[in-house]
Amino acid sequence: MSTLEQSVETASPQWRTVFQRFRDQHPHWFLLLAMMLVALLMMDFSTWLVLTVSGAAMGAMLFLMASGMTLTFGLMNVLNLAHGAFISLGAYAGATVLLFWLNDQAAASSLWLNLASVVPALVFALLVASVMGLVFEKLVIMPVYGDHLKQILVTVGGSIILMQLIEVVWGGNEIPVPRPEAFSGAVVIAGIAVEKYRLLAVVLGLLVYGLMTWIIERTRVGILIRAGVEDREMVEVQGYRVRLLFLGVFVAGSALAGLGGAMWAMYEELITAHMGDELMISVVVVIILGGLGSVKGCFFGAILVGLINLYVGFLEPRLAAVATVGLMVAVLMWRPQGLIPVIRV
Amino acid sequence: MLTTLFSGDSPRSRPLTIVLVAMIAILALGPFLFPGVRAFSMMGMICVFIILVASYDLMLGYTHIVSFAHTMFFGIGAYGVAMATSAWGKGFDAVLLGAAAALLLTVILALLLGLLSLRVKAIFFALVTLAVAFAFLSLVTQLYPITGGEDGMRVRVPRELGPAFRPVEGSLVGVSLPDALAALVGQAAWSDVLFDVRVTGRTLMYYVAFTVSVLVFLFLLRVVNSPFGKVLQAIRENEFRAQALGYNTVLYRTAVVILSALLACVAGVLFALINRYVNPENTLAFELMVFILLMCVIGGMGTMYGAVVGATLFLLAQNYLQDLLKLLAQQLPPDSTLAHLVGPERWLLWFGLLFVLSVYFFPSGVVGQLRQWSAQTRRQAPLEDAKLGRPNPQSR
Repeated sequence: MSTLEQSVETASPQWRTVFQRFRDQHPHWFLLLAMMLVALLMMDFSTWLVLTVSGAAMGAMLFLMASGMTLTFGLMNVLNLAHGAFISLGAYAGATVLLFWLNDQAAASSLWLNLASVVPALVFALLVASVMGLVFEKLVIMPVYGDHLKQILVTVGGSIILMQLIEVVWGGNEIPVPRPEAFSGAVVIAGIAVEKYRLLAVVLGLLVYGLMTWIIERTRVGILIRAGVEDREMVEVQGYRVRLLFLGVFVAGSALAGLGGAMWAMYEELITAHMGDELMISVVVVIILGGLGSVKGCFFGAILVGLINLYVGFLEPRLAAVATVGLMVAVLMWRPQGLIPVIRV
Repeated sequence: MLTTLFSGDSPRSRPLTIVLVAMIAILALGPFLFPGVRAFSMMGMICVFIILVASYDLMLGYTHIVSFAHTMFFGIGAYGVAMATSAWGKGFDAVLLGAAAALLLTVILALLLGLLSLRVKAIFFALVTLAVAFAFLSLVTQLYPITGGEDGMRVRVPRELGPAFRPVEGSLVGVSLPDALAALVGQAAWSDVLFDVRVTGRTLMYYVAFTVSVLVFLFLLRVVNSPFGKVLQAIRENEFRAQALGYNTVLYRTAVVILSALLACVAGVLFALINRYVNPENTLAFELMVFILLMCVIGGMGTMYGAVVGATLFLLAQNYLQDLLKLLAQQLPPDSTLAHLVGPERWLLWFGLLFVLSVYFFPSGVVGQLRQWSAQTRRQAPLEDAKLGRPNPQSR
């Protein structure tokens, strides 16, 4: 960032205004480019390229996990700290399919057979998490709409219960989840090796991002959701059942968490009931970075967190977590509401 | 005299008063009532956690600020002492220097946290502290050469507070409370009731912790009933209005975060000296943070006495609920789902359930509920008098 600013100091004033306008109107692009540039100056090009692709893949998975939480906050003003438990749940559900139900297909060495196990695993994770989300919303969250303090307390309690139940069903030990053969290993593109699974993650992440943006910005449901956030009563007066709409949003958010959890399970190849708690930290950083409630901000936040994790992890592995939180603190000092805020404070 | 001591904020419920008096008596005579290490170390933990939970209640219950960094400050205190004694040897000067450094770091960090996130929105604070506390945990875990990483550190306490020090020659006589109860119902002989108590430096350390705990508790009662405390409660009830009345709410909130963090740090110092071993799991883990939250809410948010009740209840459950569940699980058919649900390692499941239910049905916790019942009986008493034809003294 500093090099960019220095170069601007010496440039003509017109360039400075262009730069400032870019910085203020597109803070997400500005931060992303600045970070990539700074990282490029600190390592050689091929390393940088590999790290950038891997970071983007990690960011894509983080986006899957974080988007649900930011959606529920942005649209329903519900802070769901049990989101991590849904990530764990998705991971275990996916692992069940891979390890017990379709283990022959998962162990085979053909792409199509592997796909026949991975796709059902992801779908099952999605289903389990959404059903649990439905139950959770009805039982735990519905009574505390509009009260942030109680939401925090109740969802922390709910998260404990969910994780304990996971341990009751699947046992307390960590479970190894081997990745199917077709998705392990790397492909060489233009001289650099990229893990296949990371490519899959990037594609899936972009797909979900596109789908979500399309639904929210272009469809009738999206209009209703945005209007409901803006002025709930007014939408209800028009005869729409906002309550049902919000329930659907919560279920979708939980489902995305489950999907992200299943993806993460195959990425790490080892799952525990508490993996959700650990991931929750990154998820929280992502949604604060992006601005609570913004899908676009969440996407860029996730990519930023993924990139800084990999860059700093390469330079000094012990400081990866500190750098992630440091990035969040720096962004908060620059823009107290996050990169792309939607919530009016 | 008592009113001054309690800052005019008495328990206001007879059952609660009885429980509190019994607890104070048991904790004060602790080493002379329970033989065995388990009960002794648990009483020490109760003293430490009363400070920790009461200071958390100052934030959560009185100001409605949710912080997930309370264990971070606890850990700073504990690691401050551990690192100071390992660097400068075991002496009171090292302990005091370590504690002072820890307190300084606590003030700086709490100030930064407050200024960074309290100005935006209260909910931000919860999320930001969650992330910062995690970064701190990972830093402590990764910096193996300085902090011992996952292995943790032994704390070299001053000789006067260690097991080798004997302030009293010979041994004193203690009355074993569990054995006495057993003898009352005829399960044990009366001769077993008396036991020898060897007063060591550890006993002294326990009394240091007990004294500090009582002092901090009385200090916090004073704080919440002072004008400062009233402003905090005004902010809790209606921040906008408190602002309109001319109070700088950000300043008050930051002050409360710093005060609460400082007391958590003090609790950490005591913890290190009592436990004589610190590692990330027993001082910094996210699970511990959740436990503090549970203690605070189950005991009763915004009551201060709730911290005492909550900490005691939770630590008792943590230590003894598992035994109870084990007994229960043995009665059920082995390997059935039900048996898995009541297995001894599932105690947290039941506590989590209790926690969620208490947020819904008893949002003011055990203490709040007891107070409410007492207030109801007090209000109903004149009504019954009126029914019996007695004149109501309040109506005149």
